[in-house]
Amino acid sequence: MTEPILTLSGISKSFPGVRALHDVSLELYPGEVTALIGENGAGKSTLVKVMTGIYQPDAGEIRVGGRAVSLPTAISASNAGITAIHQETVLFDELSVAENIYLGHAPCNRLGLIDWKTMRREAQATLDSMAAGIDADMPLKELGIAKKHLVAVARALSVDAQVVIMDEPTAALSQKEIEELYVLVELLKQDGKAILFISHKFDEIYRIADRYTVFRDGEMVGKGFIRDTPQGEIVRMMVGRAVDQIFPERTAAIGETVLEVTGLSHPTEFENVSFSVKKGEILGFYGLVGAGRSEVMQAVFGMTRPSAGTMVLDGKAIAPRSPADAVAAGIVYVPEERGKQGVITGEPIFKNVSLPSLDKTSRAGFLRLAEEFALARTYTERLDLRASSLSQNVSTLSGGNQQKVVIAKWLATLPRVIILDEPTKGIDIGSKAAVHGFMAELVAQGLSVIMVSSELPEVLGMSDRVVVMREGLVVDTLDNKDLRPETLVRLAAGIVEVEAA
Amino acid sequence: MNRLLKTREIWLALAILAVIVLVTLRFPRFSQPSNLLTIFNDTSILMMLALGQMAVILTRSIDLSMASNLALTGMIVAMTNAAFPMIPIPLLIAGCIVVGAVLGGFNGILVWKLDIPPIVVTLGTLTIFRGLVFVISGGAWVNAAQMSTEFIQLQRGSFLGLPILSWFAIVVAGLVYVLMTRTPLGRAFYAIGVNPTASVYTGIDVGRTKFLAFVLSGAISGLCGYLWISRYVIASVEVAGGYELTIVAACVIGGVSIAGGIGTVAGALLGALFLGVVNNALPVIGVSPFWQMAISGAAILLAVVLNARGERSRGRVILKKAEGAA
Amino acid sequence: MSRPDANSPSLQGGGRHGADGSVSGRNKAMTDIPANGRRLPDRLDNPLKSAVLSWESLLVLVALGIFVANSFASPYFLNAWSLSDLTFNFTEKALIALAMALVIITGEIDLSVASIIALASTLMGLALQYGADTPTLVAVGVGVGILCGAFNGFLVTGLKLPSIVVTIGTMSLFRGIAFIILGDQSFKGYPRDFAWFGQGYVWWVISFEMVLFAVFAVIFYVLLHHTVFGRRVYAIGNNATAAQFSGVRVDRIKFVLFCLTGLMSGIAAVLLTARLGSTRPSIAQGFELEVITMVVLGGVSILGGAGSIVGVVLAALIIGLVTFGLGLLNVPGIVMSIFTGTLLIVVIALPILYRMWKERRT
Repeated sequence: MTEPILTLSGISKSFPGVRALHDVSLELYPGEVTALIGENGAGKSTLVKVMTGIYQPDAGEIRVGGRAVSLPTAISASNAGITAIHQETVLFDELSVAENIYLGHAPCNRLGLIDWKTMRREAQATLDSMAAGIDADMPLKELGIAKKHLVAVARALSVDAQVVIMDEPTAALSQKEIEELYVLVELLKQDGKAILFISHKFDEIYRIADRYTVFRDGEMVGKGFIRDTPQGEIVRMMVGRAVDQIFPERTAAIGETVLEVTGLSHPTEFENVSFSVKKGEILGFYGLVGAGRSEVMQAVFGMTRPSAGTMVLDGKAIAPRSPADAVAAGIVYVPEERGKQGVITGEPIFKNVSLPSLDKTSRAGFLRLAEEFALARTYTERLDLRASSLSQNVSTLSGGNQQKVVIAKWLATLPRVIILDEPTKGIDIGSKAAVHGFMAELVAQGLSVIMVSSELPEVLGMSDRVVVMREGLVVDTLDNKDLRPETLVRLAAGIVEVEAA
Repeated sequence: MNRLLKTREIWLALAILAVIVLVTLRFPRFSQPSNLLTIFNDTSILMMLALGQMAVILTRSIDLSMASNLALTGMIVAMTNAAFPMIPIPLLIAGCIVVGAVLGGFNGILVWKLDIPPIVVTLGTLTIFRGLVFVISGGAWVNAAQMSTEFIQLQRGSFLGLPILSWFAIVVAGLVYVLMTRTPLGRAFYAIGVNPTASVYTGIDVGRTKFLAFVLSGAISGLCGYLWISRYVIASVEVAGGYELTIVAACVIGGVSIAGGIGTVAGALLGALFLGVVNNALPVIGVSPFWQMAISGAAILLAVVLNARGERSRGRVILKKAEGAA
Repeated sequence: MSRPDANSPSLQGGGRHGADGSVSGRNKAMTDIPANGRRLPDRLDNPLKSAVLSWESLLVLVALGIFVANSFASPYFLNAWSLSDLTFNFTEKALIALAMALVIITGEIDLSVASIIALASTLMGLALQYGADTPTLVAVGVGVGILCGAFNGFLVTGLKLPSIVVTIGTMSLFRGIAFIILGDQSFKGYPRDFAWFGQGYVWWVISFEMVLFAVFAVIFYVLLHHTVFGRRVYAIGNNATAAQFSGVRVDRIKFVLFCLTGLMSGIAAVLLTARLGSTRPSIAQGFELEVITMVVLGGVSILGGAGSIVGVVLAALIIGLVTFGLGLLNVPGIVMSIFTGTLLIVVIALPILYRMWKERRT
C-alpha cells in the first residue's frame, strides 16, 4: 500500500460569517487520480486555495511526502511541489508560451540574467514530450483554450510538481480536446504524479478517477475507490438525499411562432443562422463549446451587430441595436457568465432585480424604493431565493441563488422570449432542479424559451425542438421525439461514424 | 505579439522620419547631423523620464509625481552644491538617485501596503513634493552664480562626439532595457500588468513589484533632477512645472498601454523622440511656440486611437472561412 | 419525467401543485407568506447606510476641526464677510467636482476640465472683442463647455478609448487652442453686469456663486441618489458589462456625463472669468487636480461604483477652509498644496490603517 504524497488533516477555514471548511481531511496518492466531488459551495475551491498557499488554514496540518509543511505563499506551494490548473487559464496572454511555462522560475545565467535560449529550448522539449504541437515562441494569446490548458500542464511538468490539481479542466473543451486531456492525465499518472481532479461530470469521473472524496457543506463526508462505488451512492453523499435526474413535465400548449430569425450572419462568428421559436416552446441550442451559439444569441439580444439577416417578433420586424432595444421589444437574455455579465455583485438583490424595470417602478424619473422592493420581493419569492434580506449583497449568494436573481430580474420585465445561456452551469443539483422547474412554468404561462446548453441530458430532457450548431453554422433542427444523444453528438462534432458516447 | 509590436515601433519611427523629411524639404538645415544631435540631446531627459513612467504604467499604475520629484531633488542637490561646493559631482549624482528613489519609494509604499490607487497617491505627492521645494528653498532660486563650476561643467562636456547628457540617456536606456528583458523583476512588471491574479500563482509579489516600479521611476526622476538643473542652470519652484503629463504623453505615443502589460523600451524612447522632434521643428518652420501644446494634444489623441486599433480583439473567430482572413 | 415533489421549491409564491396538476395561487399579493414560510424582509439593518454615513461623518469632523483651528489661528476668520470670501475660493472647482463625481463613479475620469475652462474663457474673450453682450458671453462660455465635453464623450464612447489618456490629450488640445488664439496676451474689459456673476452678492454676504453652487449641489444630489439616471450611473460603475446586459445604455449615459462635466466647466469658466475680470490662456491651471482631490476626498472611489454628493460637498468645503485659512496666515499657494496633498493621502489612508490595526488586535 503506497503512502500518500499529500495529506491534509483537520483543515478548517472560516471567513466572517461563513465556515468554508471544517475538519477536512484528504489524501492524494502518487500515480493516481483522486476526484474531488461536491456541490457548489461545498468548499472545493477553498480547499484548493489552501493547498496552493493562497489561503492559510485556521487549523490543521499539511504534509507533503510525510513532512509537515506550511504554505504561507503561492510560491511556497509551488516549491513544495503543488501546482494547479484552473478553469480559466491563469496565464499571460501577452507573453510567449515559453515564458508562460517558466515565469517565476526562469533559467538564469551566472549574472542572474534570464537565459532565453535555454528557456526556449527546454520549453519546446517539454511541449514536444506531450505531443502538444505548440511552438514555444508563440504568443499565448494566439492559442485556443485547449492548447492553453496544455501550456498549463507543461508548466506543471516544468516545476516538477508532485501534486497536480485540475479544477474543472474540461469545462470549455470539445469532446476531442477532452480525449486529448485524458491522454495527458495518463502521462502525468505514469510520471508518478498525484492528481486531484475536480469535476461535476460523472462520466468523466468514472472514466479517469481511481479514488474519490466527497465534500458537503465544508466537510468531508466520504471517500473511497471509484471502482467499488456506484454513482448513486456518491450523489447521495453529495446531496444528502437520493436524487434522480428528473425533468419536470411540460404541459404547455405550443402555439404560433413568436420569433422568426432568418439568415442571421456575422463576419467572423456565424453565418446564415435561421430558426424560429413558438409560444410555449422550449427551443434547445446544442453544440460544442465554441460553436457560436452564444454569439448568435448575443446578436439577437442586440449586444453585437449582425452583418445580415432579419428578425421578426410577433409579426413585426425588429433590429435591436442594444440590449435596451431588445428588452423593450420583449427579448431578454440570461448570460453564461453570471458573475461578470449577469449580476452586479457590488449591489444588493433588490437593485439587481429592479435594474431593467426602473422605468416601471419609478415615476417621472424619480426612484420609488417601495415599488422596487415590492417588485423584487414578488419575483424572488417566486423563485424561492435563499437570502437573509432583499438588501443583501449579491456577491454573498451562492451560484444558484445568483442565477435566480438574474432570472427574477428578467421575469419582472414580462418578456415574450427568454434566452438562457447554459442556465445550470456550475450550479448545485437542488438549484438545477429549481431552474428546470420554473422553465417549465414559464412556457406554461405562454413565454417562449431558448435554451443554449452543452449538457446532453438537459437538452434532451427539456427541449421541444433542438437546433444543432457547429463552427458557426446551423447543422440541423430536430424535433425532440425519440431523439438519441448519439444523433446530437454526431451532428455537433461533424463525425460520420458514431463514437461510443 | 512581438511581430505586432515591431510594427508599432516601426510605424512610429517612420512617422518621426516623415516629420524630419517634411521639415527638411523646406529647411535643409533641419536634418544636419549637428541639429539632429541637438534634438536627441534636448530630448534626453524626456526619454529617461518616459522609461521610468513606462515601468510604472506597465504595472497598471501611473506616476503623476515624477516632475515634482525631479524639481525637489534638483533643488536639494543645487542647494547642497551651493553650500558645499567641494562635494564631488559623482557623489551628488548618486545622492540624487537615492533621494529620488526614496521619494518614489514613498509612493510605492502607499500603493503596496495601503493599497491606495496610484493615481490618488501620486496626485497627493505631486503637490507635496513641489510644495516642499518651496519650503526648503524659501521660494528663492539657485542660479548659475551659486553653482560650482564642476556642477555645470559636466553638461558642457562631450565624449566621442556626443554630449554627456545624451550618454546618460543611452546608458539609462540600456540599463532599463536589460532590466525589462533579462531580469525576473522586469518580466514581473509585464506579468502583473497582463494578469495580476496569475502573477500571484507564479510567486510574484504584486505589491512589492509595484513598489519597485515606483522606486525606479523615482530614481530616474532624481537623476534627471540633477541633469535638468545643471542643463538649464536654474533651480526653482517652477522647474518642470506641468511636465508630468508630457511624460505620460510620451509613453502613450510610444505605444505603452494605459491598461498595463504592453510597452517596450524602444516605444517609450520613440514616443519621447517624436515629441522632441516636433517641438524642435515648430520654431524652425516658423510656427509660434504657442502651437506646441495643441499639436502635442492632437498627437496624443492620434496615438491613442492607433493604439486602441492594435489592441482591440476582433471578437471570436468561429467561422472557418473567416480564419484565413483573420 | 415526473413532477417535482412536494419538497422542491414551488414557483407559485404560495400556491401548490394540486394532485390533478392544477396550479393555484399564481400572482399572489405580496403580503402572502409563501409555502416555505419565509418572507424576505427589505433590510436587516442599514449596513450600507451606516458605511456611507461614516465616511461623511469623518469628513464633518475634519471640517469642524479645521474650522475651529482656523478661528484660533487667525482673528480675521470668524466674521461674515470673511466666511463669504471663503466661498469664492472653492465654488468654481466644487461645481465641476459635482459633475466629476458622476464621471468617476462610472469608472472614467476627465482631466481636461481646467483646459475646457481656458478654452471657454478665451472664446468668451474673443466674443467680447466682437462686442458680445452679457447673455451672449454666458451662452458662449457654457456652449463651448458642452461642446468640449461632447468631444471627450465621443472619443470615449464612440471610439471606445480609455478616458484617462483621451482627456490627457484633450487637456493639451483645448488649452493649446486657447494659447494659439491668445498667445501671451489677455482679454480684458468684461462688462460690469457680467462681472456680477463672479463678484456679486445675492443677499447680504451670500454671493451669487455660493447660491449657484447650492442650487447645483441639490440638483446633483437628487440626480445621483433619487433618479433612475443616478441608479444606472452606479450600476455602470459597479459592473458596466452586467449593466449593459441588463439593458442600461452605458455609452449614452457616459456620453451625457462627459457633456455634464463640460457644462459645469463652462459655467465655472463664466464665474471665474467674471471674478477675475480677464482671460489668459493659463487661467485655471492645475484646477483639474484640485477637482479630483475634492471628489476622491469626498469618498468617491477612483475605481468606480461608490460615493455620494454629500461627501463631495463636504470635501470641497474642507479644501476651501484649508486654503482660505492658510491664505489668511499668508501661507503661499504652493505650500498650501502640501496641505491638500497630505490631506488627500491621510484621509484615504486612515480607514485602511484603522482596519489593519483592528485586524492586528484580533
